[in-house]
Amino acid sequence: MSKLNSKIPEGPIANKWTEHKNHMKLVAPNNRPKIDVIVVGTGLAGASAAASLGEMGYNVKAFCFQDSPRRAHSIAAQGGINAAKNYQNDGDSVYRLFYDTIKGGDYRAREANVHRLAEVSGNIIDQCVAQGVPFAREYGGLLDNRSFGGTQVQRTFYAAGQTGQQLLLGAYSALSRQIGLGRVEMYNRHEMMDIVTIEGKARGIIARNLVTGEIERHAAHAVVIASGGYGNVYFLSTNAMGSNVSAAWKIHKRGAKFANPCFVQIHPTCVPVHGVNQSKLTLMSESLRNSGRIWVPKKKEDAEAIRAGQLKPTQIVEEERDYFLERRYPAFGNLVPRDVASRAAKERCDEGFGIEANDTNEGVYLDFSSEIISKGKQAAYSQGDHNPSSEKITELGKKWLAEKYGNLFKMYEKITDENPYETPMKIYPAVHYTMGGVWVDYNLQSTIPGCFVAGEANFSDHGANRLGASALMQGLADGYFVLPYTLSNYLADEIRTGKISTDMQEFLDAENSVKESIEKIISAKGSKSVDHFHKRLGLIMWNKVGMARNEKILKEAIDEIGNLRTEFYADVYVPGAADEMNSELEKAMRVADFIELGQLMAIDALERNESCGGHFREEFQDAEGETLRDDKKYKHVAAWEYQGMDVTKAILHKEELNYEFIKIADRNYK
Amino acid sequence: MAAKTINITLKIWRQKNSKAKGELKSYALENVSTDSSFLEMLDQLNEELLTKKEEPVAFDHDCREGICGSCSLYINGRAHGPETGTTTCQLHMRKFKDGENIYIEPWRSAAFPIIKDLIVDRSAFDRIQQVGGFISVNTSGKTMEANAIPIPKSDADKAFEAAACIGCGACVATCKNGSAMLFVGAKVSQYALLPQGKVEAKQRVQNMVRQMDEEGFGNCSNTGACEIECPKGISLENIARMNREFLFSAITSDK
Repeated sequence: MSKLNSKIPEGPIANKWTEHKNHMKLVAPNNRPKIDVIVVGTGLAGASAAASLGEMGYNVKAFCFQDSPRRAHSIAAQGGINAAKNYQNDGDSVYRLFYDTIKGGDYRAREANVHRLAEVSGNIIDQCVAQGVPFAREYGGLLDNRSFGGTQVQRTFYAAGQTGQQLLLGAYSALSRQIGLGRVEMYNRHEMMDIVTIEGKARGIIARNLVTGEIERHAAHAVVIASGGYGNVYFLSTNAMGSNVSAAWKIHKRGAKFANPCFVQIHPTCVPVHGVNQSKLTLMSESLRNSGRIWVPKKKEDAEAIRAGQLKPTQIVEEERDYFLERRYPAFGNLVPRDVASRAAKERCDEGFGIEANDTNEGVYLDFSSEIISKGKQAAYSQGDHNPSSEKITELGKKWLAEKYGNLFKMYEKITDENPYETPMKIYPAVHYTMGGVWVDYNLQSTIPGCFVAGEANFSDHGANRLGASALMQGLADGYFVLPYTLSNYLADEIRTGKISTDMQEFLDAENSVKESIEKIISAKGSKSVDHFHKRLGLIMWNKVGMARNEKILKEAIDEIGNLRTEFYADVYVPGAADEMNSELEKAMRVADFIELGQLMAIDALERNESCGGHFREEFQDAEGETLRDDKKYKHVAAWEYQGMDVTKAILHKEELNYEFIKIADRNYK
Repeated sequence: MAAKTINITLKIWRQKNSKAKGELKSYALENVSTDSSFLEMLDQLNEELLTKKEEPVAFDHDCREGICGSCSLYINGRAHGPETGTTTCQLHMRKFKDGENIYIEPWRSAAFPIIKDLIVDRSAFDRIQQVGGFISVNTSGKTMEANAIPIPKSDADKAFEAAACIGCGACVATCKNGSAMLFVGAKVSQYALLPQGKVEAKQRVQNMVRQMDEEGFGNCSNTGACEIECPKGISLENIARMNREFLFSAITSDK
């Protein structure tokens, strides 16, 4: 059995990456065209990796299931991207970004990886500006910043509430350039169905053409998986409808270990559920917590009256409002990290103070009225009006909000039919991001040699909780600035390998097994739709492997998911055929993987007898309801080895985390 | 929210594949919550079709937040439906009346061939982007310090507004000429407004316009329907700017 070797370079933390780069093997320009690389996924990590590798001279094939690489779900990220530029002169540095990220992750991330991330963060901004990404600017023409949760500096770069869109379109433009130059071959509407390994090394993939249904073989000297996170295991999440775990899960089944699957981020500010036909949840950017104050009524009667439609939030006076984050966490207030904010909202709603009249009464207010007054006054003063009327203050304040968050406010109004300039937004936590993922070493290589994993699909940088504006940073860091080095180091030994033939037995075997798995699902001809099973899985996950977990419900979840899997294969109904465009078949193949993953998440959560970051075990909390970590027993990465479809048989491996440069401490935001 | 429900009749374009002949088919759908989005309403229809072992309606969709540009649909004769500034996925059923007939068709344009039902092939947009929709910098991360060139806020804001295009294709679908000028104009403008983009401006506009013509998109006759139907409010000014850029590049070309 292979031992987990994180391959962290020796030396002081600030020199590790530089030293490592200095000593890695290179592939000379004349040899690069002899080498083929496959990149699966075209979000920030995949598009930036494919563009960079193509530009270096490798033959790259890139795959996405969407109709264009520009539509990968990175596009929906709203708030911003962190970088330790210290443009605001508020004491920021590479070390502070490193420290904040480790602390934000509740001391469950690898120090060396996180430091590298902080080191290259500045390059990302330089790169994106050079590519023409239109970040927000100040009147002096320089780049603007804002704050995000879990930090006390302003280091977040943004483009209104569409930062992910602008960064992805930047990476897409770099990728498009390489496609135009013939350096990258793009396969739209293709889904990776399996990885092909030969003599233990990743040598290609089996893909399904989603338009024709054709099963294709593609060979390469290395495979990069950048297929995103697995939040859709909960059915309802802020992920796109197509976001799935399948590429990551397929390599897990072929030997890549899967790390910390139970670390899921529940984002505090999403639009609450409206009803049974809800297909997904919509995020309201964390950046809104810069300007909005979160509250519920102090009195239960008021909450009840609001739910009954007898009282409006604007009728509740200041003294009768409980700004619970400001009350519990005075130092960080509304800008505590996401896991802390989510749990606090759940606590209030569980106690009966929720304000949303849906099945579960789950919702709290995000209120902009204080900000309207404060920013309105500022704007009036800057116009020379030192005695503005309250109407003028309100008008200017709303204008300020519109400029900062206009698109988010519009989006909210479309969904809820309520105007957030006039009445507070209703929000509630929802599944948003998955910190867990495929285990990778410092070089982003999985336990399958030649199979690298980047972006949200890997487990590496965020520990048990990700800070806002860090996902975009990690995706681009992995693709632009890490993989080009570490992948070349691996490929340096492949320059004599020569073309890999897709006629080899391993390709044939993999193709046959893919065809069998499709046939198994399409021939079930049962009585229930794929969504029926997906929704049931989602409910089990949300209720039992969600924001608050305990031994009893986790054990129930493990059994229930096991039964669901049996029922799924016996009773799923997929219409149509395999050799045509068939969206039900696509969904079914993805849900089959989600079911297995869901069970592993429950097992991982049960195994981790502590609370840390997004993983909250009710048995492990202090008197005030804060998380209780157990650093003696659980200061490790839990990496699971697949042992067949019965996931309860998976084998646990541990990578001990060593904190040499940051003193491990309680995570306190008070 | 105490949701209201409505009953509707859908007339949906069904077409098995790119070669088959298509037709409008009628479906009655009851108990649609007015809080549902338009696509959630289609989910509900598909769930009912599956129960009857009928083939569900195929349509493109992904983020359902109005930003990925996957969703399309011509609804009651308008791209993305009756609400302006809104993608189909952000359109809600409260905009429709009880008993209403709702016509749903795919984007119709020679440059966007139908793949199945309501799904069309928009890869022509990708190919236009590939010939010039970029700035030719390599990804070393050491090109230039980000704050080395101050950019006036108004230029940056305008570039951002142009860059907000989601590439959905509503402009093409709604244009009587099937023109892609708003899409191309937005990309050309984003770069033309930024100092980084000026270096290659001449080639960019020439290459992108040439590719646009080769893909079979029509000409612009300044009707302005594209601007009205654009879910992201991309302005016609971008077409004017592209025309200026194109003319300037033609008369000052180095070639």
